[in-house]
Amino acid sequence: MKHLLAAADLSPAEIASILDLAEEMHAVQSRQVKKLPTLRGRTVVNLFFEDSTRTRGSFELAEKWMSADAVNMSGKGSSVSKGESLRDTVLTLDAMGVDAFVIRHSGSGAVHQAAGWVRPNVSVVNAGDGAHEHPTQALLDAFAMRRHFRRHSTESWEDKTIAIVGDLTHSRVVRSNVSLLQTLGAQVILVAPPTLMPAGVSTWGVEIAPDFDAVLPRADVVMMLRVQRERMAGGFFPSAREYTVGYGLTRDRLERLKPGAAICHPGPMNRGVEISSDAADSVNSLVLDQVSAGVAVRMSVLYHLLGGEGQA
Amino acid sequence: MTEGPAGAAVEVLNEDEISRALARIAHQILEDNRGADRLIVLGIRTRGVPLARRIVGLLNEIEGADVPVGELDITMYRDDLRAHPTREVRQTRVPVSIDDAVVVLVDDVLYSGRTVVAAIDALRDLGRPRVVQLAVLVDRGHREVPIQADHVGKTVPTSRDERVHVHLEESDGYDRVTIERRATA
Repeated sequence: MKHLLAAADLSPAEIASILDLAEEMHAVQSRQVKKLPTLRGRTVVNLFFEDSTRTRGSFELAEKWMSADAVNMSGKGSSVSKGESLRDTVLTLDAMGVDAFVIRHSGSGAVHQAAGWVRPNVSVVNAGDGAHEHPTQALLDAFAMRRHFRRHSTESWEDKTIAIVGDLTHSRVVRSNVSLLQTLGAQVILVAPPTLMPAGVSTWGVEIAPDFDAVLPRADVVMMLRVQRERMAGGFFPSAREYTVGYGLTRDRLERLKPGAAICHPGPMNRGVEISSDAADSVNSLVLDQVSAGVAVRMSVLYHLLGGEGQA
Repeated sequence: MTEGPAGAAVEVLNEDEISRALARIAHQILEDNRGADRLIVLGIRTRGVPLARRIVGLLNEIEGADVPVGELDITMYRDDLRAHPTREVRQTRVPVSIDDAVVVLVDDVLYSGRTVVAAIDALRDLGRPRVVQLAVLVDRGHREVPIQADHVGKTVPTSRDERVHVHLEESDGYDRVTIERRATA
């Protein structure tokens, strides 16, 4: 693997390899000495043009635990605030001789462009571009789900149905999740009010359901996406209360889920809006598993990109 | 004794000889450590793992003990990662804390010694054993680092253009160690 730009680029074998190694990295995470010498001497720049706690924090931890040198750059406090373009920023850091970029940017496709600008031996990881892709989030979601399946039934993805519920238009994880889960062989149902369905969703090859209640008894996993409060001004739905009534994972809906069905949320959660505290703190909630999977999965991704020959 | 024609494999150890070598190693381990107390046997992937299991089976049989056995994947500690395509990393399983334990590392062939250095580095991240020992089925020489084994099944003088193949029941269906001249083009 050279870059990780989109979940759709990953083959089933690559996904399995990343998730299997992540299991090993998860074990490293619980050791006293959380350090592997594997990426010693490699330098990774975390270039975040948008705010992030989980993604940025877990990438930085992953890099440090693999012994890479991590450099953090944000839009604020860099020359970007003086008007430097993304291209010039990437080329400048690239010229300093780094080995990889982890980039988050508000523009869909910006990270793909960056991958075309860097020197041939440099890897680029998409840490979220606009409302387009966020492949490492999809991988860690799959990792947390796979662990849940292994505990409760079988690992097979073919007989699993995953419902993704919420603001699908503005979400950067939904596209990555759908393509990754489809590659794995799972059934995906998208649940959202019509105003929050992404354009062109009918071409994705997934089931689209406007009625959350009808989906509840069928789902092995319900993934609740954050409803961004700032969207309410945009008239996508009338009020937070009304959204919760139609699409929130309330206590009542929680009880109507399949026994053992898992609950995911990529965070940050709006408790009481898209997810009730009963659901967020339920025994089948994978919210914290998703967070702890984040570092392990990103360590695995870094190893797959930088762990072999052909790198500077 | 190993000068066969290029491509022809010469047997160095047969099934019985492998069993006897492992039995001797097990006895030596117990003798050197005055019993099986605080002993942990860790096999280095891949062929060190079945050998470690066999040695532990013998230790338990001889001593009536219950010696923990584990598996070490040292891929992430290798010093030549950049010289090869990305290598697959397998499981590391260390069932008990290695702090203050007597760790016996087990591998099939001792050659450059770099794998053992990587294994010692890996152990350092897992804890601080009281003693680390090394047991190998075959020592073929040509060390590139100052490493030597405490317990050796058989020392086999080789040249660098020869290959040592260790076949084990667990992975290959039969026990046999052969040596082969690499065919030169």
